[in-house]
Amino acid sequence: MAKVQPLPNEVRGLNRTLEVGVRHLRTKDLLGMQELSPEEIQLILDTAFVMKQILSVQTKKTAHLQGKSIIHFFAENSTRTRLSFESAGKYLGATSSNISKTGSSINKGENLYDMAKTLDMMSTDILVMRHPESGAARYLSEKISASVVNAGDGMNEHPTQALLDMMTMVEYKGHLKGLKVVIAGDAMHSRVMRSNVWGLSKMGAEVRVAGPPTLIPRFLDRMPCTVYHDVRKACEDVDVVMGLRVQFEREHKVLFPSVNEYAKFFGIDDECLRRAKEDAIIMHPGPCNRGVEMPSHIHEHDRSVIHEQVANGVSVRMAVLFLLNARRNLQA
Amino acid sequence: MNNEYPFYNRVLIKEVINGLTGELTDLAVEDGVFVAELTGEPDRVIEGAGLTALPGLIDAHAHLRDPGFEYREDIVSGTRAAARGGFTAVAAMPNTIPVADSAPVIRYMIEKAGQAGYCRVLPIGAVTKGQKGEEIAEIGFMAEAGAVAFSDDGKPVSAAGIVRTAIEYASYFDRVVISHCEDLSLAAGGVINEGIVSTEMGLRGIPSIAEDIQIDRDTRIAEYSGLPVHIAHVSTANGVEIIRQAKARGVKVTAETCPHYFTLTEEAVRGFHTMAKVNPPLREESDRLAVIEGLRDGTLDMIVTDHAPHHEDEKDCEFSLANNGMIGLETCFPLVYTVLVKTGLLSLRDAILKMTEAPARLFRLPVPALAAGEPADLTLVDLGREIVYDVSESLSKARNTPFSGMALYGFPVLTMMAGHTTWEQV
Repeated sequence: MAKVQPLPNEVRGLNRTLEVGVRHLRTKDLLGMQELSPEEIQLILDTAFVMKQILSVQTKKTAHLQGKSIIHFFAENSTRTRLSFESAGKYLGATSSNISKTGSSINKGENLYDMAKTLDMMSTDILVMRHPESGAARYLSEKISASVVNAGDGMNEHPTQALLDMMTMVEYKGHLKGLKVVIAGDAMHSRVMRSNVWGLSKMGAEVRVAGPPTLIPRFLDRMPCTVYHDVRKACEDVDVVMGLRVQFEREHKVLFPSVNEYAKFFGIDDECLRRAKEDAIIMHPGPCNRGVEMPSHIHEHDRSVIHEQVANGVSVRMAVLFLLNARRNLQA
Repeated sequence: MNNEYPFYNRVLIKEVINGLTGELTDLAVEDGVFVAELTGEPDRVIEGAGLTALPGLIDAHAHLRDPGFEYREDIVSGTRAAARGGFTAVAAMPNTIPVADSAPVIRYMIEKAGQAGYCRVLPIGAVTKGQKGEEIAEIGFMAEAGAVAFSDDGKPVSAAGIVRTAIEYASYFDRVVISHCEDLSLAAGGVINEGIVSTEMGLRGIPSIAEDIQIDRDTRIAEYSGLPVHIAHVSTANGVEIIRQAKARGVKVTAETCPHYFTLTEEAVRGFHTMAKVNPPLREESDRLAVIEGLRDGTLDMIVTDHAPHHEDEKDCEFSLANNGMIGLETCFPLVYTVLVKTGLLSLRDAILKMTEAPARLFRLPVPALAAGEPADLTLVDLGREIVYDVSESLSKARNTPFSGMALYGFPVLTMMAGHTTWEQV
């Protein structure tokens, strides 16, 4: 079977000449998919496809954020998110700096507010932050004048991940409405799951969340999704199979007995793919515990778009930075 | 006594409504006690028209943070806030530094409150040394020094065997153990109720069973020993039902709840509002209604504040790092009146008894009454006037409350302890 290919722009209805620059987000910050309207999500996705075209030309640089300062504050480990935000800012012409938890005065005992206020006083335009506590991005957004982009707060939300996932789905499936998506794995600790459930449901997709009972939070079925414990059954007739990383670093106690047992009973396997639609795509937000959430051969499957997700991460983050900056310019 | 308010030896309160009986009455106070008739002309006449007189309220559960956390609250600021809330006695939990697990700390609290002269402090001693849950503290010495009950409140006593020992040992000194019910392995580091809100917000949840199971455990220990136990801050529907059934079996269990559990639900936390973060956590609407039903049918004997002052920085931070608790001395009676009495859910008389008679009995103290010969402990409340509570005017050092900005009825306009004014609205 040949490697799955993105649909041509014409088929996706994305053969667009967007009047970039006249539209923007409603709010100062991007905190979560729960706060975004379907129109805003569509705007970000449309803009992201334009950004992707910019990235495909020889000199991938624009001046839209020239003279703007972005600070990346990551109080948790990150490879993909951090690097793609940094690249996105640079391709748009912004000046950017980085601080991490270990290298910052947080380690000297400074509280989050004082540190963020310090950044604010240095004329920061956009603060991209990742933090282990749910609600941390919202907390700072109410305290500082810079725009806050939530790059993951605890178990709450990771909106740019959901946006890049949705962009990838549009790229391969042409649309989100009516799409059947299964999100399988450690839902309990997953901000990616929460952001995707909010975002995909707003765009009319049917979301299923699957995982062992101990990794499914109570009352998840009251969120706009259907809960399954049988991962294979959940994969029946779906367009998208998305694995979630088992977050070993977040649990104080063991919620399943062993990695082997998890992989056998709850991992994404060939049976899952057999039950899914023939042209279903395979996704994972990364980093993947290979052999746990899915075996390597599924990770590298012809229908896997896991690496393409990473590529789209840059486009989506360019779009978010661009649209937040557009709003800031409007207010200035 | 406090120097803030002048002392009048003979006070006549004219044409006030007795909150317990509903009758219009004059109240005469002389030499610090209620009298049938004054021996001479009054030094002060208070026009009681439009006001309702309540016996001095007793809060059976507060944190005054003194000694050790005076930056949050101290005995002076805490008792001033208590007087403003209509209280003439407030029971102070022992989670101080040092822990109130020895007689000297108990004496210090009583003496400091006496010097301040705003409200009696009834110290609650620790059940176990250092509140570590390992060995029982010197309950006898503390009882002798004036401790009115024993509790490790703030944390549960995890070992059932220690609870049994404490209940039985304290019984010799005619003291009751107050149980903070929380199974820590089930609570599992949770920060709000485990429910739809914790699921949506990505916060760790505390399941209701963490509370229910220990309520069941401790009432069964009391049943086995044939001795009383008091259950602190009940927040769950099943907790109420377990206590109801225990009472039906004849267990000597008493129980309390707080205004936040019959006023708010977990929805108050949405938006990561740390002011609504409290332990036990705010639960679901069905729990809130069950707590009200428990108050109505007598399963829940008392309404207490669980006044828990915190410094601004301890609430103004990431949600999971924020401290648990809210201040409540000034808003307790107004919430009881506005949410329960004004709505017809609870009679004014029952509400008053849950804040006077029931805590007095728990602590083996005389029941406050507006009757000749009794200490002149009372508060005058204005049930007809709506006031928007503004926490910036609080007499507490702390500002952590979700109730600021709420319009409430029944704020005290004057509080008197043994004939001395301890609060007066000017």
